[in-house]
Amino acid sequence: MSINVNGKPWTVAAAPDTPLLYVLSNELRLQGPRFGCGLAQCGSCSVLVDGVERRSCVTPVSAVEGKSVTTLEGLPMWYAVMKRLERVPELHPVQQAMLDEQAAQCGYCYNGMIVKAAELLSKNPRPDDAQIRRAMNGHLCRCGTYPRIISAVRRASEMMAVTR
Amino acid sequence: MSGLPRREFLKAGGALIIGFGLRDVLLAQTRGSVAGPPDATQIDTWLAIHADNTATVYVGFAELGQGGSTALLQIAADELDLGMDQVSSVRLDTNVTPNQGGTYSSASIARGGPQVRTAAAEARLALLNMASKRLNAAVDGLTVSKGVVSTRDGSTRVSYGDLVGDRMFNLPFTGSAPVKKPAEYKIVATPVARRDLPDKVRGTHVYMQHVRVPDMLHGRIVRPRGQRAYGVGARVLSVNEASLRGIPGARLLRRGDFLGVVAGNEWDAIRAARQLAVTWEGTSALPGSEKVHERMRSTKTPEEVVVQRGDVGAALASAAHVVSQTSHAPYQAHAPFGPNCAVADVKADSALVMCSTQDVYATRRTLAALLKLPVEKVRVQYYEGSGTYGHSAYDDVAQAAAFLSQEAGKPVRVQFMRWDEHGWDNYGPAHVGEVRVAADGSGKLTAYEYHGWQHSWSGTEASAQLAGERPVEFLAGPVQGVQGVNRLTCGGQYQIPNLRLVNHKLPVVEYLKAGWLRSPLDLSFAFTSEQAIDQLAHLLDIDPYEFRRRNIADGRWLGVLDAAANAARWTPRRAAAKRNGGKIVAGRGIGLGTHLQSWGGAVADIEVNTETGKVVATHLYGAIDAGLVVNPAIVESQICGQLVQTASRMFHEEVTFDTSGVTSLDWSTYPILRFDECPEVTPIVVQQLNERCLGAGEEVMAAAAGAIANAFFDATGVRMEEFPLTPKRVLSALKRA
Repeated sequence: MSINVNGKPWTVAAAPDTPLLYVLSNELRLQGPRFGCGLAQCGSCSVLVDGVERRSCVTPVSAVEGKSVTTLEGLPMWYAVMKRLERVPELHPVQQAMLDEQAAQCGYCYNGMIVKAAELLSKNPRPDDAQIRRAMNGHLCRCGTYPRIISAVRRASEMMAVTR
Repeated sequence: MSGLPRREFLKAGGALIIGFGLRDVLLAQTRGSVAGPPDATQIDTWLAIHADNTATVYVGFAELGQGGSTALLQIAADELDLGMDQVSSVRLDTNVTPNQGGTYSSASIARGGPQVRTAAAEARLALLNMASKRLNAAVDGLTVSKGVVSTRDGSTRVSYGDLVGDRMFNLPFTGSAPVKKPAEYKIVATPVARRDLPDKVRGTHVYMQHVRVPDMLHGRIVRPRGQRAYGVGARVLSVNEASLRGIPGARLLRRGDFLGVVAGNEWDAIRAARQLAVTWEGTSALPGSEKVHERMRSTKTPEEVVVQRGDVGAALASAAHVVSQTSHAPYQAHAPFGPNCAVADVKADSALVMCSTQDVYATRRTLAALLKLPVEKVRVQYYEGSGTYGHSAYDDVAQAAAFLSQEAGKPVRVQFMRWDEHGWDNYGPAHVGEVRVAADGSGKLTAYEYHGWQHSWSGTEASAQLAGERPVEFLAGPVQGVQGVNRLTCGGQYQIPNLRLVNHKLPVVEYLKAGWLRSPLDLSFAFTSEQAIDQLAHLLDIDPYEFRRRNIADGRWLGVLDAAANAARWTPRRAAAKRNGGKIVAGRGIGLGTHLQSWGGAVADIEVNTETGKVVATHLYGAIDAGLVVNPAIVESQICGQLVQTASRMFHEEVTFDTSGVTSLDWSTYPILRFDECPEVTPIVVQQLNERCLGAGEEVMAAAAGAIANAFFDATGVRMEEFPLTPKRVLSALKRA
């Protein structure tokens, strides 16, 4: 089977019903999507499939054949394509904003947080706090860093507004 | 890589070796080839100076996602006169890093800080002595900046790298070198950005869950969903390996009642664990979460007096005002966001185990005994997992991986499934509290008596117990005193002439497996005690903030109380005086408390929906005085996390179980606070430049729990006697009132 991840085609050996997460972690050795619950409850394993956030722990790899998968690692490139930037930035604005806010503690949930926030801002570039909370509500943070994540999404939104 | 020194990525002897030079490899090999702990009386154990004028600081504390590793490097850099870009540390490893004890009880900065500082000071002095000879100038005529030693007139200079570059000091660590005074600090007490965050937002940080080694099998454990009573365990009546047929390479491995499956492919291992046909013996030794407090309270226990002063009985009998408060607190789970994971490679005569333990040396000792290997033949390396907040299942998973590797004869990676982690945790134990507090007519506290019922921590991990090890109690050792009534949070904030704290220590068996959960039991203590203090203020018609001020003698308790109240723009009030009887009622409360050190004060603003029973915190203010705060920004972040986690624990978190086993096995049956209910948070660091560094990773949770409970009374006029404040519990309390 062949899947497209972060702009590149990959031939994978996994059985078609294998959840995408295990293919990304073990065959592609990507570190962004990571196991959290295996039940689509927490958002730890989130990826973008054709720009839409999906839980890779419950998505069979066969379901993304012919689609475009973007992981945390591919977000800067995804952003550059979307914004038609001449150069791929080092970080997606959401990643930069998370750093600027010093938001993370253990950081394990930040894969999902960043992927989800990037999806949100691609659809709604200027979300208000209520919209941010609603969009992010399916993602859990056990360290309790929600307040700084909200600030970071706001900050990223402002950064994107000034990026050509 | 993130603009950090290359050496930051040195993974001494580990599975993942990422781009570093030959010299580093040699250094790492030299250090890694011998079983530790390295000799703590040698300077070389603590740090190394490299030819490129950078330093490696060997720190014995784990980065638990709280920023402690950055703060320790700040201390080292400051004392060495190096920049932050010139210092780095290495992975915790029993062959490499010194044994500084476990990373718990807020020890990193409080206990580790002075060790790192003293070692750095001694190394600096040694370097100055070398420079003195090299430059032919007296030591007191030398200055250092960024690792370059100059004569005062600046005419000659030499760098640390030139002086010792990658050679050993070969000097004893005597602890006698003078350390800098706070006024001389340049990096300590400044908000340096955390070193680990760039890789964490990029996806390049290596969590334990990412570690893979060559020729490795994937393993999963097979247990009943939800742990049974500690000491009773789970007995296999029958298991049918043939049920794994059809899953490529899947094998059942067994040691007593410890069952595991391995396969070459991770998804196959998960399927095998799910598919394995096992019949477990039924048990009904647990009281169930509904009746646990009843069993705890009615069990005959020896009374263990923690503190006694004055004559509490007489003072209570003669007091003008006496109030009492009882409480039932639930078992709560660590519930790391990423389930624990470990990779073990157990050979006939040695073992390497990579895991997320808070104490590599303690884990090594236990693993050696379980694997029947000499302790020096076992090497344990620390890889950060997701936040653990205390003793989650990291040791359990390490043992599981080690057993499976020993049985399989190959390296095995085990990751717990969500139900394993939620269902087989070492939970923060349940608590029954009863407190009576008295005041005289002028509002001065006169007597205080607290009785606490709880069991202590289990000392045998589930893997070991299932494999046949005896279930024992955890011997607290250096953390003694945290399993019973806390003298700081239970009345210790106030000046009370007659005081008595009593533990009712329950047997550890036939309850749930327990361990330290961030600020162990303190939320329960403060929920009970701080409500009683508030009751007296209310009874005497005194503002609860003012009432506390009158009864505090210690300036540092007063400091955090004032800091929280000022941040919240506290105005004098009588609790519950402004109730309006609407659908949504708001309340504000104040609380004080801590763990084993430092001082915490909090104010909570909450809203209660009297129709649905839903409670949310709208704004939480938390102040910590942790002495000299090495990195105020990191402590602010810690305060924010503690406030949000406290709200989660006060409103949502409760392990449920029936007489057989635990039934809260995931995020839907064990919900935690989400974005939609996240309060605004205001962290306040009470900086004390001339005081000793203390812990700040768990010291405001008790205060916040007390403040939330008191805010609930302010909103509703009802005292809650049980948390979490779930809608069902709240509605029933409001109805009773």
